[in-house]
Amino acid sequence: MNRYPMWKNIFVAIMILIGLIYTIPNFFGESPAVQVTPSKSSTKLDPALLGQVEAIFKQEKIAYDGIYLDLRGVKARFANTDTQIKAKDVLQANLGKDYTVALNLLSRSPEWLHNLGAKPMYLGLDLRGGVHFMLQVDMKAALDKAAERFVGDFRIALRKERISYLGVTREGQSVQIRFSTAGELLKARTVISKDFPNLTLKETTEGTDQVLTASLNVLEQKRIQDFALKQNIQTLHNRINELGVAEPIIQQQGSDRVVVQLPGVQDTAKAKEILGRTATLEIRLVDEEKTDVATLEKAEKGQAPLGDEAYKTRDGRTILVKKNVVLTGDYITDAGPGVNSQSGQSVVNVTLDGRGARVFQQVTRENVGKRMAILLIEKGSTEVITAPVINEEIGGGRVQISGMANTQEATDISLLLRAGALAAPMDIIEERTVGPSMGQDNITRGVHSTLWGFAAIAVMMMVYYMAFGVVSVAALAINLLLLVAILSMLQATLTLPGLAAIALALGMAIDANVLINERVREELRNGNTPQASIHAGYERAFDTILDSNVTTLIAGLALFMFGTGPIKGFAVVHVLGILTSMFSAVLVSRAFVNLMYGYRRKVNKLSIGQIFKA
Amino acid sequence: MELFRIKNDIPFMSYGRLTTSISLVTFLLAIVFLATRGLNFGVDFTGGTVMEVNYPQTANLETIRKAVDSIGLKEATVQNFGSSHDVLIRLPVKPGASVSQLSEQVKAALVQADSTAEVRRVESVGAQVGDELYENGGLALFFVCVGIVLYLWLRFEWRFAVAAIIANMHDVVIILGFFAFFQWEFNLTVLAAILAVLGYSVNESVVVFDRVRENFRKMRKASVVQVIDNAITRTMSRTIITHTMTQTMVGSMLLFGGEVLHNFALALTIGILFGIYSSVLVACPIAMWLGVNRANLIGDIEKKEADKKEVVEVIS
Repeated sequence: MNRYPMWKNIFVAIMILIGLIYTIPNFFGESPAVQVTPSKSSTKLDPALLGQVEAIFKQEKIAYDGIYLDLRGVKARFANTDTQIKAKDVLQANLGKDYTVALNLLSRSPEWLHNLGAKPMYLGLDLRGGVHFMLQVDMKAALDKAAERFVGDFRIALRKERISYLGVTREGQSVQIRFSTAGELLKARTVISKDFPNLTLKETTEGTDQVLTASLNVLEQKRIQDFALKQNIQTLHNRINELGVAEPIIQQQGSDRVVVQLPGVQDTAKAKEILGRTATLEIRLVDEEKTDVATLEKAEKGQAPLGDEAYKTRDGRTILVKKNVVLTGDYITDAGPGVNSQSGQSVVNVTLDGRGARVFQQVTRENVGKRMAILLIEKGSTEVITAPVINEEIGGGRVQISGMANTQEATDISLLLRAGALAAPMDIIEERTVGPSMGQDNITRGVHSTLWGFAAIAVMMMVYYMAFGVVSVAALAINLLLLVAILSMLQATLTLPGLAAIALALGMAIDANVLINERVREELRNGNTPQASIHAGYERAFDTILDSNVTTLIAGLALFMFGTGPIKGFAVVHVLGILTSMFSAVLVSRAFVNLMYGYRRKVNKLSIGQIFKA
Repeated sequence: MELFRIKNDIPFMSYGRLTTSISLVTFLLAIVFLATRGLNFGVDFTGGTVMEVNYPQTANLETIRKAVDSIGLKEATVQNFGSSHDVLIRLPVKPGASVSQLSEQVKAALVQADSTAEVRRVESVGAQVGDELYENGGLALFFVCVGIVLYLWLRFEWRFAVAAIIANMHDVVIILGFFAFFQWEFNLTVLAAILAVLGYSVNESVVVFDRVRENFRKMRKASVVQVIDNAITRTMSRTIITHTMTQTMVGSMLLFGGEVLHNFALALTIGILFGIYSSVLVACPIAMWLGVNRANLIGDIEKKEADKKEVVEVIS
């Protein structure tokens, strides 16, 4: 009765084997590496990059231990950090701006393991060192900005339909249009409700004015917020690429937050500066009628003419631009440096989205020969990046900005245009920095806790339960093996609380084996035969084990649902630990006991420690 | 080796009044400490900044204090922790200054005062994040309680479910009481430990309840009290050995886990020690007083009346 069918033994053996394969990579350690990825997330990865990198190494005589291509880019390992840094410099110089070269750590596990997809556990920031930021997106500002955009859109729409209005103003997150007659208002209402279906319209009378108030409906608000978040995440991606971080994590959290994790980054001040840059872009027309010296001087003293604002250009000159915003950076889908095929001058190529293209075409048609200013608004100060002259009507949304001094300037400006714009400002509301030595200490602490605890438990179990104790310890070891294997397989982030959860999982998992062993002893005490006692002991203990694990599982799931950051890491390991312990304590330990006693013809005594007779 | 050689059942239930009164007293004490001293919440909950700074030589707390004061942070606390080389600086939330600016300012001031200072860890949490943690922590606790009650109700009986949750919530309150009394820092990992220990202690009750149910089937003639006494006695060996093993692991964490895991392991230790006691010696009397008997557990209607009488006798 204490024999497993063959398939069950094979099943247990296969599980242990899989556990071994996926656990092994954790023992090889890591070696310095570099990682080459395309700078722009939109650029497709070219498989030829691998050959290119290899050729560069050969040419510069840089010895590497291994090189391979994965979904994100090319990774190469080196024997020491000196070679790693040299390789980084060489690659950066040869590959240019299209690729980001970042320092990284790669597992030293052999190729065949890597091909099986067996990777070491993914260590969290508290174990490898780095910075964690949580950023809060200012959604009110995003909505205000959206409303601001409608002010311009309404003016254009009303003018096109030749509807006369008194004024368009933004009040909080709604837009008010004033008319002198109810007839005009009615016409405007038809136009606006047709062109902008996502707005809620309301009519009121204020004195002699007829007022039409347009506000964003809930659906539109949600769309704007979603878009703002996506846009900000995209912008962060681009900015972090500038930093050259190997495996950044940029994730949405909740409806208005972004989590950024930068492993290995130590210069937190620079990281914060780059992340916190709240640049927004605006395209406005230059007031060409007021370029005389007197007006400009007056404007510099803060007395700009009505409807205008005075700003400095990058070379320090004052320029008057109209208050009315033609386009914001949101409409820019791409920008890159280029060369004008006729003049050979450096230019910036800008691509606008559909709505932006339409507005741009109309504005350029009406303003040929005038200048258009591109403003960068950063931390409350506004700067005119460039103010090119409109040569002709520009349709199709492809704009070329000429007048760049050199390629470098073209590159800088296109980076500002592309990555510079956030749909809404963001604030850092949480920061966790862990130094690299601290990370290493934390690993040591977690591993020591687990191993010493395990050793102590092993000794006590073996002394107390003899051979059954050995089986319990073996089952516990396999529990640890499977847990580490699953964590490696899932590439779930392992944090210090996660390591604590591994230790705790082992400390709790031993309960199942104690239950079984005590039960077997009791059956023996009641005078059952050894074989019958094993059978009954395992059978009866199982219900109890199941019940008690379900309650622990409930606690683990609650932690997972409501926990954040490190606590989620704890919860994941806790829950997985319960599942692996069910498997190892019941199935695996039974398999061992069966192998030990199930095939003997006669068993007189079980090695389970002394049994007193009641 | 065998530690527990108990021939006769120990009459645990006759001590029921004593054990529950002890619990009641510790419980009330814990409440008093919680009310008068309150919990010493970490930055996770209150918001603010904690910085861990390491110096190659013995850290001069006076210079560090001056450096922090020099940037206008009078409310900062500076203290040693772990060794004389390690310093922990706590800064409360400062309105108007973002969390990220604050830590950079302090870092700069420290390095200026002593260039050997190495900032090993920074944790800055904005006030709004902390507020959400209270809410989520409470929700998690609530969810665990409801989940456990529902499961035990399904598997056993509502009386067991109620008894188990009362016994184990009382553990949670006692852990909190300890943290209030000693003013140990209550952070996120402690919360995780409390929820983990809640699930773990309920195991304890489940194991005994399982045995009680089994005994009701086997010991047809025994009274409710005898059944429960026998269940506790028979599972006692397992209870103590399991707890010793788990506590060994937790002790190892307490020893090797360092500062970050210290309070986590502390909460677990208290939880495990009180868990042994309450999940057996508090949960069982409560279940008994709630009127657990053979009939409502395994649905034997004939016996119902007789069992009820026995219960009444025991109480009086």
